[in-house]
Parts: sequence; structure tokens; C-alpha cells
Amino acid sequence: MLDQTNRARSIEALAPRADFPILARPIHDRPLIYLDSTATSQKPATVLDAMDSYYRQTNANVHRGAYTLSEEASEQYEQARRHIARFIHAHSWREIIFTRNTTEGINLLAWTWGLSQLKARDTILLTEMEHHSNLVPWQILAQRTGAQLAFVPVREDGRLDLDAYRQLLETHMPKLVAFSLMSNVLGTIPPARLMVELAHAAGATVFCDGAQSVAHLPTDVRDLDCDALAFSGHKMLGPTGIGVLYGKRALLEALPPFMGGGDMIGEVQLHTFTPNALPWKFEAGTPAIAEVIGLAAALSYLEHLEMARVAAHETALVDYMLARLSAIPGLRIIGPTDAVDRGAVVSFTLAELHPHDLATLLDRDGIAIRAGHHCAQPLMERFAVPATARASAYVYTNAAEIDALGVAIERARRLFL
Amino acid sequence: MDDLYREYILEHYRQPHNKGDLEHPDRFAAYANPLCGDRIQMGVRLEGDCVVEVRFNGSGCAISQASASMLTDRMCEATLEELAAITKDDIFEMLGVSISPARQRCALLAWEVLRKGILGQPEEDDDEAS
Repeated sequence: MLDQTNRARSIEALAPRADFPILARPIHDRPLIYLDSTATSQKPATVLDAMDSYYRQTNANVHRGAYTLSEEASEQYEQARRHIARFIHAHSWREIIFTRNTTEGINLLAWTWGLSQLKARDTILLTEMEHHSNLVPWQILAQRTGAQLAFVPVREDGRLDLDAYRQLLETHMPKLVAFSLMSNVLGTIPPARLMVELAHAAGATVFCDGAQSVAHLPTDVRDLDCDALAFSGHKMLGPTGIGVLYGKRALLEALPPFMGGGDMIGEVQLHTFTPNALPWKFEAGTPAIAEVIGLAAALSYLEHLEMARVAAHETALVDYMLARLSAIPGLRIIGPTDAVDRGAVVSFTLAELHPHDLATLLDRDGIAIRAGHHCAQPLMERFAVPATARASAYVYTNAAEIDALGVAIERARRLFL
Repeated sequence: MDDLYREYILEHYRQPHNKGDLEHPDRFAAYANPLCGDRIQMGVRLEGDCVVEVRFNGSGCAISQASASMLTDRMCEATLEELAAITKDDIFEMLGVSISPARQRCALLAWEVLRKGILGQPEEDDDEAS
């Protein structure tokens, strides 16, 4: 046990911390210990520089500009799309649609695929551990179409009940199965490949919420075989305001457009229009060009680290977090207590102490954790807690920060309890 | 040791005053803040328009619970008219610590129960101009 602890203490950050300018900022005269990467990640200087350089050197609107700046901006914008396609192993760059974030990608699917494919009494199968963004759009769709929702239960250990999943597939024959590839609360990484395979065998279309997973695990949509996947740039070292919806080409081709406007059209007459080809069919209006370029820089940074090493780093860290936190009396971990198939996000409660008090107190020590329902109120109810505290790690996190977290929680415990 | 969690705040949190349930309250109200899960319920017994007994129950953060403890202290033997005159700023003054914007709803939950639930005052227009 002691050996294990000593080994864990030697976990250094995977990324050089000096690459992240914000980590040098003191908070309340203490070094910042940022443990809220599940909400949003910090940004390396290369991402900030890429965006700055775009605005200083290249700024122009994309597409159809026959001058140097616009050609360069279009080139960088479309190269970023190809880069993302490679990063997630899509068949084609045409399968990559830029959105604002994961939420917009899911809404796009709900309003195009959902409204055109679903009818009354069809089933949408979700899980109990979904973020509100992979729940509420489907609730709205269900209200519109008369479709019904069903949910794969989460077991007490924070894993999905796969026996129940098989049964639900059989009894409901859902039209759509939508689930997160990594829970933002529990850290649970479900057996996605198996789940996709089972869903397809039952005749369902499958959407995967990659908001957490794409930032932390290698992603291969061809291997996973999901029909669509959405993720956000800001959780993977990139800027806010840019997200990606991947969809299999045949699926996207068959969909009606989502928002109307410039860029999404082929030809426009006063009374009619023809939609543009993929992927622009779904990109109405001037896109977030600087953010797309920033996201490409973030991908380069992650590729340099190697996603397999990112995942291994986080497995080691969460193993240490689980051991360190569960040693604190009264601390209850909500989610799997072993590091297998688990992201480096740990939600917990500390006896009767409200998570907001804990988060406020930790902030005085320069430690940023999140407290609340983490956009997963039904999951809070599932575990009968009003809210949890949540600490999460990323490429710049090291074991010393986890130690500091543990010490600060122990101090809070003495103060309040 | 801390600006927010002064010892008297923690005292009220650890050993709240007026905590419990009234068997036959003349007025009763319960509110929750769904965002953080703070809950406060409050019952009062009246003689005429004077509060003769008040009890609150609930769960939540130290700020919300200490605020309920301190506010119910103040409610004892006050008239409804006096209670209606209590403002948001009075609550912040009563707490005596600086409440960040993120924690204001916690601090004001008990007051909301009193104002809207017990006294039946209308929803306050929250659209401050600047």
C-alpha cells in the first residue's frame, strides 16, 4: 500500500505546465490548482497564439473571397476540418460539421433526424447518467412527436446495467439509442462498442455524446461504428464556442437542413433554395473561424502528447484520487471506486457538509473544484444527493495537486464538522 | 480564519436556533433552491399579528442554514408588519460577512420563504438596470 502511494506521488503532469499561461496565476495568493477540467479545460499558449495570429494576420470571412486573406482563412478553416476528421478517424471530412458545442450538435440531430424519423410511440433509449444536454433535446423531441423515452439504469456502483440495456432493446425496439461515452459526474466509461453493436442489431440508430470522452480517450468512430457523435472544443484544450458533430455520410446526406442562412445553400430564388453539399448544408452563417483554427491547434497539441498517453495518465491519476479521497472519513464517492474504465473525474459528498461550502473554502486555498448537480439532476436523484463536489484532472494535473486537494478537504472537514 | 465562514456563522450552522417543526403552525411555507439543493421550510405561530413561535427545518450549505437560524431569531416576537419591512440588504447586514454573487441565493433563501411564503409578498422584480 505504501509502495503504491509512493509510486502514485511521483505522477507528474503529462503536459509541461509552463505551456498553460493561466496555471501561473495565483488565486488568493496561492498557486492555482485547477481541478475542474470536466467543466472546461485550460488552454495551452499554442491555441491562444493560433487564434491571435489568425486575427492579426489572416482575418477575413471564409469561402467565396477571391483575395489572399479570405483564401488563407478558408484554407485554414477547411484544413482544420480535415484535421478533426483524422483525429476521430472519420471516413471523410464531409462528415465533420462545425457547431457551437456538443449541445448544439445534439439539438441539430434532434431537430433534423428526430423530427423527420420519429413518430408517436417510437422509443428513444437514453441512460440515467446523461448530462442535461443529452436529455432535454430528446424530451423536447418526444413532446413534439409523441415518442417516448426509456432509460438504461445506473447501478449503485456507477456502472450501466447492461442486462437491463439488452432487455430494453428487446422490449422497446428503440429507434434511437443515445448515450455518453464518459459520464461527466460518475466518470463511468461504458462499453460503448458493445452497446453500439447491440443497438444496431436491434435496429436502432446510435448517437454518442463525446463531450467528455473525446478530450480524454483515443476516438475512432469507424471502430466504434456509432452513427453520430458530438463533442466540444473547449473541453479538449480548445476555445469555447466551437464544437463538432460527426455523422455517417449516408445519415447526414438524408437529413433536411437545420438552420437556414448564408453558406448552407446551393442556389436561392425568392421562393425556394437548394441546400449546399455536406458539410456546409449544416453550417448557416459566418462560422467561428478563429475558434476552428484554435481547435485545430488544440488537436495538434493533444496529438503531440498522444491520446493513448493522455488516457493512461488519467487512469493513473484517478487511481490515486480514488485512494486519496476515500481515505478521508465521511467522504462518499459517487461513481465507480476503481480506476477501470473510468475517467479522471471524481464526484463526492463529505458527510453533511454542503458541496458549495466545500468549494468556497477550497477556493481560498487556490483550489478550483465544481459543486452542484453538474447538469445531471436526475442522476443526483438516482444517488439521493442534492448535489456533489467534483474534482477532475487533465493533462496538466499532477499528484501533488491531488495531495493538496486531500489536505484542504481534511481541513474543511475539521472546520465544519 | 475566513471572511465568509466566521465563527458565529459556523455556530449557527452547527447548532441552529429555532430548528424543528411546529405542530400546528398558523402559517407554513417551504422553498428549495434546485440549483444547489438548499431547502428551507418554516412554520410560525401567531397571536394577533405577532409571531410568538417560529421553527425552521431544512438542509443545505452553511450560509443558507445560518441565515435561516439568524432570521428566525429575529422573527420571534416581531409583528408581521415588522417582518414585511425586512429587506435583502437587512439580511446581508445581519449575516455580517461579504456574500459573493454566486452565494446570494443561499443567503436569501430563508428570507424568500418568509417574504413570499409566510407573508405572501409578490415576486420581486429582479431586473436591475445595471
